[in-house]
Amino acid sequence: MHQLLQQIFSGLAAGAIYASLALALVMIYRATNLVNFAQGEMAMFSTYIAWTLVNAGLPFWGAFLITLAVSFLGGMAIERIVIRPVENAPILAAVVVTIGLLLIFNSLAGWIYSYTLQEFPSPFPDRPLFGALMTTRDIGVIAVTLVVLAVLFCFFRFTTTGLAMRAAAQNPESARLCGIHVGRMLAIGWGLAAAIGAVAGIMVAPALFLDPNMMSGVLLYAFTGALIGGITSPVGAVIGGLIVGVTENLVGTYLIASQLKFTVALILIILVLLFRPNGLFGTAIVRRV
Amino acid sequence: MTPILQLRAVKAFYGQSEVLHGIDIAVERGGMTVLLGANGAGKTTALRAICGTVRREGEIIFSEHRLNGRSTEQIARLGIAHVPEGRGTFVGLTVEENLRLGAYTCTGTPHENMQRMYAYFPILAERRRQQAGALSGGEQQMLAIARALMMSPQLLLLDEPSFGLAPLVVESIFALVERIRREHRVSVLLVEQNASLALEFADRAYLIETGYVVSSGSAKALADDPQIRRSYLGY
Ligand SMILES: Nc1ncnc2c1ncn2[C@@H]1O[C@H](COP(=O)(O)OP(=O)(O)OP(=O)(O)O)[C@@H](O)[C@H]1O
Ligand SMILES: [Mg+2]
Repeated sequence: MHQLLQQIFSGLAAGAIYASLALALVMIYRATNLVNFAQGEMAMFSTYIAWTLVNAGLPFWGAFLITLAVSFLGGMAIERIVIRPVENAPILAAVVVTIGLLLIFNSLAGWIYSYTLQEFPSPFPDRPLFGALMTTRDIGVIAVTLVVLAVLFCFFRFTTTGLAMRAAAQNPESARLCGIHVGRMLAIGWGLAAAIGAVAGIMVAPALFLDPNMMSGVLLYAFTGALIGGITSPVGAVIGGLIVGVTENLVGTYLIASQLKFTVALILIILVLLFRPNGLFGTAIVRRV
Repeated sequence: MTPILQLRAVKAFYGQSEVLHGIDIAVERGGMTVLLGANGAGKTTALRAICGTVRREGEIIFSEHRLNGRSTEQIARLGIAHVPEGRGTFVGLTVEENLRLGAYTCTGTPHENMQRMYAYFPILAERRRQQAGALSGGEQQMLAIARALMMSPQLLLLDEPSFGLAPLVVESIFALVERIRREHRVSVLLVEQNASLALEFADRAYLIETGYVVSSGSAKALADDPQIRRSYLGY
């Protein structure tokens, strides 16, 4: 029983990271109907920026905030420079562009930082809590994720810009008629997604070590989470990410060799899509024509 | 008095195909002008040309601004509100959020304007927390008009507000538009299939056929024109 709870809890900590990245995927999907395959590599690159800043002697949380700001601007720039030209192109062209971005960020990171594993500092001490039921690191990761989610929720729910972003994602033409700069909203969306991804990367790096391929597995789990939740639902993405984290951990501990853990993600995707093609929370919009 | 909106030799295009072939339209300040015409005549396209959601040529002058070359969102900011064909409500957002979006270009809180809209359309106040997609067709039309009025526009473009609605609902919507026009001195450019009703409320009318203005004048003159009576009014 104790071990089970322990595994569930560390699963939640991993799941919180998947949830963040899944949320980034969903944000971009909702705004542009585009699956951003580069989301993981963008997060990885952000993590290298944080690592550089920490190595330059900045305090961890200072480096964290600067990295978020840089990632936000970088995400906006990517939207402007790379995504906007293919905005009206066939969807396949846009998908290929994001895959191209993935490769560019991966090789850029390899070229600048090399492919050797780097140790990444954890902001949280790794101390057992409550009779080793959980660690302070798990708590820290979950807390940071919750803060990010709360900030995002308030942004979208209570600010005019957040509302305008939702409107632009839903009905760009009507949004323009309301005077909303739809292009600017898309850019902000990419910026936010990049910043959320940066949080995921920085939270996962101490456990995985930092290297240019660090996020490939995380991205797969995040995809799984997003699909389970229904790729259009932010709440679904978060819950989906947590489900994946816990399932992965339990299955890896009790059922199969942990080398096979990735298979779990694929099986989860297939199972969910078999029974609920729109995911658990997908397409909740009531529509009457 | 100069018209609030003038179209001179305006052409509009979807891709390569020219749909409006140089139309001239003027909307009087504070008045209601109606565009009549059969399906596919180009009425909706004329409104789109004004808002820049379709490629267009020719002169479009609003107050003292030239609209050519301006983007849709800039045109909205000048004070032109467009209730598009099919209403264009944000179905996944609540009624209140739709209204807040209407006031996106306004500085300051939209609260006062929102209360005014709830007074005009009490049903919207009742449903303020519901998703717009869950409203009935008539309620959605009211929401679309209320959202457009939230920006306190100088010019309101209405594309077939009667579409798909019961005659009684249509009457009440027209009466409200008329009242709002007078109380807020909004000029209205209306596109309508229901010619007899539109001519009753409008003061000027244009008849469009296959991308040309074929007839124009006071609403009364058009309503009395025997040919228009036969083709569009059915008596
Ligand atoms: N998106 C589009 N792409 C290509 N052609 C279009 C498009 N929308 C309209 N058209 C064409 O432009 C012409 C005018 O269409 P428009 O929608 O302006 O007509 P309308 O007068 O509003 O008709 P209705 O009363 O049926 O709404 C039609 O011949 C139509 O086929
Ligand atoms: Mg039309």
